[in-house]
Amino acid sequence: MEPILLLAHVEADGTLGKPALEALAAALALGGEVSMGLVGATVEAAANQVAGCGAVRFLGVSGEPFGQARYATDAAAAEALCRASGAPLVIAAATSRWARVLPGVAYRLGGRVDTHVTSIAAADGTLAVSRWFYRQRMEAVLTRAERPWIVLLEAGCVAAWSGPADAAAVEAVPVGGVETRTTVTGIEAPKAGEQTIRPDAKLLFVAGAGWTKKQADGAVHAAEAEALIMGFLRAAKASLGGSKSLVDLSGEGEAVLHCMTHLNQIGQTGATPRHPKGLSTCCHGEEPHVVGWRFVTERRAVNLDANCGWARGKADVLYVADAFEVMRQVNRLL
Amino acid sequence: MSTSFHIVVCGSVVPDPLQTLEPVIGPGGPALKNEMMLPAVLDPWAGHALYEAANLAKQKPGCKVWLVSLGPKAKLQQVMMTVAQKVPFELVALDGPASGFTDSFETAAALAGAIGGIAGLERARLLLFGGWESASRGAGATLQMVGERLGITEQFQGVDELRVRQDGSFEVLERIEGGRHQVSVCAAPPAVLGWATGHLPEPRNNPQVGMVNMRTVMPALQRAKAATMAPAGLKFTAVSLPKQQRATRIVKNMPAEEIAREIVAWVSEE
Repeated sequence: MEPILLLAHVEADGTLGKPALEALAAALALGGEVSMGLVGATVEAAANQVAGCGAVRFLGVSGEPFGQARYATDAAAAEALCRASGAPLVIAAATSRWARVLPGVAYRLGGRVDTHVTSIAAADGTLAVSRWFYRQRMEAVLTRAERPWIVLLEAGCVAAWSGPADAAAVEAVPVGGVETRTTVTGIEAPKAGEQTIRPDAKLLFVAGAGWTKKQADGAVHAAEAEALIMGFLRAAKASLGGSKSLVDLSGEGEAVLHCMTHLNQIGQTGATPRHPKGLSTCCHGEEPHVVGWRFVTERRAVNLDANCGWARGKADVLYVADAFEVMRQVNRLL
Repeated sequence: MSTSFHIVVCGSVVPDPLQTLEPVIGPGGPALKNEMMLPAVLDPWAGHALYEAANLAKQKPGCKVWLVSLGPKAKLQQVMMTVAQKVPFELVALDGPASGFTDSFETAAALAGAIGGIAGLERARLLLFGGWESASRGAGATLQMVGERLGITEQFQGVDELRVRQDGSFEVLERIEGGRHQVSVCAAPPAVLGWATGHLPEPRNNPQVGMVNMRTVMPALQRAKAATMAPAGLKFTAVSLPKQQRATRIVKNMPAEEIAREIVAWVSEE
C-alpha cells in the first residue's frame, strides 16, 4: 500500500473533530504507512490526541493565520504538508474547510482530487474509492493512476478512531508568507435563533410541504405545525430537514415555517445528511426527493397517503395517519 | 475603489431532475442511458450563481456578466432558449460533454482557457461565480481549479450571500457545518465564489431580455470550440443504481396515540 498523508485541521478547541478521526480510521484501515498533517493555530494538543494511532510522522503547520478557515492560508498549509510528506495518497475529511481548498491544492501539486467519497478500499494494491454521482442517484467505484491523489471522505461513513492520548513529536513545516485579502470576521448562526441542524443528532426529522396545506377543518395551521416540529426537535434532540417544496415556500415569503431555510433542505439540491434514524412527516413525491433520505439507516414515515412513492419501498415503516395528531401525541409522551 | 465587477459565471446543463437516470458503460466509460434524449436544465446551483450575478450587475453600474458553459452544443442551445429569458448575460460556449463522469480537472482546464480568452475581461475586476457543486458530478472541485489556473487565491465556497461595500470590498457568507455561515471580508477582487442557494428566487421569463441575449447566444453557440475530455488515469470499475427497495410495513387504522407510543419507543432505542 502506498504511503498516506492524513490531513486534519484543528477545531476551535484545539482538538481534532469527529470527521478527522473518521478519516484517520479509514486511512489506518488501508494498511499503509500513515503520516499526520495538522493545520491550526496550535497543533500539539491535536497531535497528542492521536499520538497512539501509529502514524510514522506528525507534521504540523501552525500559527495564528492558520487558526481560521480561509482559502489562501489553508491551501498554502495543505500544499506545504503534502510536499513535505511526499505521500502519493492524501486523505482528509470532507469538512467545509477542506472541501473549500483541497481541489485547488490538488491542482497545485499536479495531482487529482475526489470529493464526497463514501468508502476507500485497497484490493491487490490498487486503491479504489466509491462516490455518488447525479446527486446521490448512482454510485460508482473508481481508481486513478495520477498522484498525488487527494481523497475527501464524507462524514459518518466509518467509525471514528479512538485510542489513548500520548505525547507526539510534531515536525513544524514552514509556510512562506501567504498574501491574502480575506479576513474572517465571524460565524453567523441561523436567523431563526435556534439551531435546527445538528449533524451529530441520532434522528433526522424531515418535514414536507403537507404541514403547510389545508387540514381537515379547511384551514392552514402553520403556526401549530411549527410549534409541533420545534417541540419535537427540542425533546428528541433531533436535526431538522425539509423537502424542497417546503423550503421553497419559505423562500417565496409565504407565511409558512419560519424555522425552515434552504440550509435545512435535503434531497437533490439540498444536503444528504447521515443519521442513524429518520422520521419523515407529510413528505410526498418520487425519486428526486428520496435522495436526501438515502443515507439514513432506519426510516419511518407518517403520511396520509398509503401509496405515496416517497415512503413505500423507501421507509421501513409507514404510518398512515395525520401528522399533526401523531406529533401532538409524540410530543406529549416525550 | 470601483464596485463595478466583471462577473464570469461558470455553469452547465444537467438532466432535468425529474427524469429517471440509468447508467450505461460505453467504450468511453460510463454515461447515462439515452443521455442526448433527456431534457436538460441549467444546473440548479449554477442558476443561483447566474441570478446572483445578474442581481449584482443590476445594482452596480458598469458590471458585466458572462456565462461560460461547457456542454453539448445542441443541449446548450435548448437550455439557453429558456435561460436567456431570465437575466442579461453574454454567453461563452464550449462544445463538449456535460456528463457527471467527466473529470473536474479537465473541465477546469477547458473553462479556464475559455475565460482567459474573453475579450475585454479585466482580471482585477473579476468575480468568478459558479455553483459550489453541480447536479451531475457534484464534486465541488471545478471552480477551485479554475481559480487556481487563473491565479485567484481568494476563494469562497457554499456562498449564500455577497454584500458589496462602498469601498469595493465585499462580505461573503459561506455555509459551514451545523447550518451556520462563516463571514469573511475580502478587500477586493479577483475572487472565486461558489454559490449555494443564495437568497434570490428564479427570475420570471422576460421575452425582451431573451431577445437581447439571443443576439449574442446564437453566434456564441456557432463559435463554440470543441473541448475534449480525456482523463487518462481515471478508470471507473463500476457504476450502479442503489438498491433502495425496502419492505415497508404499512400501518393503517392505528390510533394516533398508539403510533406515537411506537415512534417514541423507536426514537428512544439505542
